[in-house]
Amino acid sequence: MMDQDNRTQECEKNEVCMRGIVKHFPGVLANDHIDFDLRAGEVHALLGENGAGKSTLMNVLAGLYRQDEGVILVNGREVKFNSPRDAIAAGIGMVHQHFMLVPSQSVTENILLGMDEPRFRLNLPYYEAKIAQMAAEFGLHVDPKAKIWQLSVGEQQRVELLKMLYRGAGILIMDEPTAVLAPKEIDDLFNTLRSMTDKGKSIIFISHKLHEVMAISDRVTVLRKGKVTSAGIRIEDTSRTELANLMVGREVIFRIDKKEQEPGDVILSVNNIHAENNKGLNALNGVTLNVRAGEIVGLAGVAGNGQRELADVITGLRKATEGQIIIAGEDITNTPPKVGIRKGVSHIPEDRTHVGTAPNLSVTDNVIMKNYTDEPIGKGWMVNDDAALKYARELKAAFDIIVPTVNTSVRLLSGGNLQKVILAREISKQPELLIAMQPTRGLDVGAIEGVQRLLLLQREAGSAVLLVSEELEELLSLSDRIYVIYEGEIMGEIADGDMEKIGLMMTGMRMEDIRLQGEKSNE
Amino acid sequence: MSEAKMNLSPKKKFPYKLKIEPRLNNPSGWFSSMLSFLAVVLALLVGAGIIAMAGGEPWRAYAHIARSSFGSVGVFSDTMVKAIPLMLTGLACTIAFRMRLWNIGAEGQFFIGAWGASLVILAPILPEETPKWIFISVMAIVGMAMGAIYGFVPGFLKAKFNVNEIISTLMLNYIAVEWNNYFIYAKWSEGGFQMTKVFPKNAWLPRLADYAKEIPQFRGLTMHFGLVFAIIAAVVVWLILYKSQWGYEIRLIGDNPKAAEYAGIPIARNIILVMSLSGALAGLAGMSEITGVVHRLQGHISPGYGFTAIIIAWLAKLNPFAVLLVSVLFGALILAGREIQPSGVPTMIQGVIMVFLIASDFFMRYRIYFARRKESKS
Repeated sequence: MMDQDNRTQECEKNEVCMRGIVKHFPGVLANDHIDFDLRAGEVHALLGENGAGKSTLMNVLAGLYRQDEGVILVNGREVKFNSPRDAIAAGIGMVHQHFMLVPSQSVTENILLGMDEPRFRLNLPYYEAKIAQMAAEFGLHVDPKAKIWQLSVGEQQRVELLKMLYRGAGILIMDEPTAVLAPKEIDDLFNTLRSMTDKGKSIIFISHKLHEVMAISDRVTVLRKGKVTSAGIRIEDTSRTELANLMVGREVIFRIDKKEQEPGDVILSVNNIHAENNKGLNALNGVTLNVRAGEIVGLAGVAGNGQRELADVITGLRKATEGQIIIAGEDITNTPPKVGIRKGVSHIPEDRTHVGTAPNLSVTDNVIMKNYTDEPIGKGWMVNDDAALKYARELKAAFDIIVPTVNTSVRLLSGGNLQKVILAREISKQPELLIAMQPTRGLDVGAIEGVQRLLLLQREAGSAVLLVSEELEELLSLSDRIYVIYEGEIMGEIADGDMEKIGLMMTGMRMEDIRLQGEKSNE
Repeated sequence: MSEAKMNLSPKKKFPYKLKIEPRLNNPSGWFSSMLSFLAVVLALLVGAGIIAMAGGEPWRAYAHIARSSFGSVGVFSDTMVKAIPLMLTGLACTIAFRMRLWNIGAEGQFFIGAWGASLVILAPILPEETPKWIFISVMAIVGMAMGAIYGFVPGFLKAKFNVNEIISTLMLNYIAVEWNNYFIYAKWSEGGFQMTKVFPKNAWLPRLADYAKEIPQFRGLTMHFGLVFAIIAAVVVWLILYKSQWGYEIRLIGDNPKAAEYAGIPIARNIILVMSLSGALAGLAGMSEITGVVHRLQGHISPGYGFTAIIIAWLAKLNPFAVLLVSVLFGALILAGREIQPSGVPTMIQGVIMVFLIASDFFMRYRIYFARRKESKS
């Protein structure tokens, strides 16, 4: 009893104090008696694998879910939230992974949406000025008059933050805020978070990226399978390896064993490709590269420099305005996607939910997406249900997809499992060429390792792999060669893993210029 | 500390609480049918309350409705006559809706199908003394072809120019009605009346009454061969949607067109094909209505079958066989509507049933149960 009282007292000093939170979902115990504290003015990271219960816990705090058991104290007073509105009234605001903004409306309109003021007359200029001032104060640069659809993902995130700040939130929950951001935008975000804590705001930072947690947070709480494995340890007192262990419960090998092997024939050759992006602007300005059998070729670059457009052009999802795509000696430029699929091109798309899967269809329907016409799943004009089920069950076992049955809709799967479904589909038939877009983005440490191992297996089996990633470490450890793309042009090719050169090229310097500089400094 | 649980009434500690959870798996088929049945029963009870409040006698009213649509073989046969066009147009909507193509134009495709069938006789394509089965097959084919063309047009516009199919199919409905009017007023008018001449007997769909000589019980029964068309169509639609590769493509496009494109499925071609098939089914409905019931082309051949079909497709949850059953129910309500017209009761019941059926969908998506409250520890 004494112990409990002490803890309660300690609890009351904190900004937020959650004690013994239990939350059940059908068949899952998402939170199992979790304690969590947030002190004023700190960045507190909540670390854990996919499905560890981080988002559930924070959704409880933000009033989206109601806990089955346990208490929440905010500033020492017990609270019961029936809706996010109650939570916001108590000063708690959550920025979700998927933004909740109206694309056709302006920043100001989005921020004012649902507020009691203004009542009748929408005095936009007044509120625009107010929001601009608030944005400047916290270093959240965004034009209050801009429409949401015109903004980049990073800017939209700032609008979400402004929305919460405008509502007077003192406690901000950020659900995996960096998952959607480019490296430059991540730096901006971290600066913003710092300036907010300086002004007395407290921040909960949900993540499973160790280096980000190490970089930004003051304290960290680690969850594993719905339980706390380490509560509120100071970041100075821990290390990356230790956190990784706490998170996955085993030693994570950060080194990857890659076999030496000679690459074979050229499988993919991209010659002087030009293409436009969705807004009709030039996204690719003469890209030339090649990938040979049995090698992983990395494509490095800051997000939005034409990587997605290049993958789309190679897989036939986007028209090239100029240039050629040759796969295994055959020109397939501007042919329908089916032609590439027949030639053995597999594609792990960047957007898993909107491109890679059909959310309301079952796991079975999702894994047969590219071979439903082939024997034995395709039988004449019919789909052989038994063969499809058998195939899906095999893949479920082989790729360790965690799902009750293969008839479950994939929308109910976690991010990591969804990626496994896509990988299972794309890899299981041994592709000639594999285009992997950000294959490990948003996955937890254990899953990342699994995906990387699968990519290496493809390389050993003789597939040509084009790996597009924003994680330089991943590119360096997996790739045989790395191209760097900048504003739709290839800046150069690196085979020795020189990180400095890659960094320079990513900011728009050409290989030739780097060499010239080097020569100059030698003189 | 122990009062953290959310209670509706904190004082009274009822040992059970109601829990609502989203379902992780789709409930089984019988559950869905059971639910729809219960919804209809509840709707009838509510309807009874309303009739009673209006000073009517609900049980007598219901008995009358039941008698006038299911009471005897004769009226049941009439109910089926109303249900047949609903079945075919309902199936037309079902296949389009599966791909999230909102074909609101079944009504227009119905009229054009009827017109196409009339063309065979009035153009004339076939002489009047053509044998019955040739007449019927040619009329069915031409009716379906015309309906298919009428579905193809909005399909093509959507596939090529991304024209919203809701607007285009809706507008095409008016054109179809006026097109028919032009022919029955001007071209094929019989003696200035707004109708064509009666079709030759060879071109009539067989009715049960036609066999009254052999089987006396069939005397006076109006149910016609269109029911066979509807059942065959339901089987075909079911095979396409649930067994075929094409059906898989349709479902995939319906759920996520981007994923379908990524999987190499030609979307534009499928839009055109599905719209054409949808139009063909609605066209067949028109053909079966004029050759099975009215035996001539005239105005007002449809009390809005093509629009009711939209609701039927939804209530049947896009299941082709359920479409047949729901159509019978709506056929009964249309028929009963003529019997108790002044009171507007059947229309009211239609509305209440619809509300209940749509609301019952909640139970398909959520699980509701009583759970024992956990004893709170202090």
